[in-house]
Amino acid sequence: MIERHASVVVQTFVRVLTPLAQLFALYVLAFGHYSPGGGFQAGVILGATYILLALAFGRDILDRKVNQPVCVALGAAGVLLYALTGVAGMAGGGTFLDYSRLPLPVTPVRARYFGILFIETGVTLGVAATLIILFCRLGEQESNR
Amino acid sequence: MSELILAGLLVLLVLLAVVAVRAPDLLLAVITLGAYGFVMSLIWAVMGALDVAFTEAVVGAGATTVLFLAALLRTSRRRSPAASPLRWVALAVALGTGGAVLGVTSGLPRWGDPTSAPATHVSPRYLVRTLSETATPNAVTSVLADYRGYDTLVETTVIFTAGLGCWLLLTPRRR
Repeated sequence: MIERHASVVVQTFVRVLTPLAQLFALYVLAFGHYSPGGGFQAGVILGATYILLALAFGRDILDRKVNQPVCVALGAAGVLLYALTGVAGMAGGGTFLDYSRLPLPVTPVRARYFGILFIETGVTLGVAATLIILFCRLGEQESNR
Repeated sequence: MSELILAGLLVLLVLLAVVAVRAPDLLLAVITLGAYGFVMSLIWAVMGALDVAFTEAVVGAGATTVLFLAALLRTSRRRSPAASPLRWVALAVALGTGGAVLGVTSGLPRWGDPTSAPATHVSPRYLVRTLSETATPNAVTSVLADYRGYDTLVETTVIFTAGLGCWLLLTPRRR
């Protein structure tokens, strides 16, 4: 079982760092078009902020901050967002995952740009949810055995 | 110069790998494995593969280490004292595979060779057209998410499904 860390320095640092790291995850997701980064890395950083919280404040904080079934649903929604972006391209008259035919009021080139953003958001959701639910379960105490 | 840094990092990588495999304390092994991931990410960065370096840093050095640590908390940090009866078979397989990989290394193109097969097939097309076709300057992102969208879709599905499977397996049983 992961206990609350005794040091107030660690706790304060994590309290300050967590929102900044989550903001950085959003930056990595949105700026992946221009620099190294993208949905996968953003998802891992987002998931890692919850692990950081558990390491500083004890595993129990995750029971208050995370609803695991909802987290699973969010991850599934991420994968679905990816697949549906592909289907939307088909609905626009293209092939599966052809973002240039997405029904958006922009040029086909811009539509591909936004299509990439949509699917990267889906990847972020899927990866972050996977990491969080895995850590929630692994950090749990095996009580009723 | 970068070859020299690369050689140093690769030696460090081998040392860390040996420690991770041989450490009697599994906590030491896990931390060493995290360091291995970090050195690996430095190697990718020196080679110019920044997207891979980024992923290796967050996954190899960060997430896997923490997941292994959490797994150790639920089990034990001591390695099993009983020697595996298959250890000589394992040694033979490891030496054979390593030898085979070393043997075919000479057939690989040199690092950064612009005339190699991977660099002359579809890569130039992606690099030239990524901006005009997808408005995305980072070709790694446009290849992963657009040109090779199928691969990334299935990858994401695999990650999520594997995580969901572990989550379900570890669900506490109610009496």
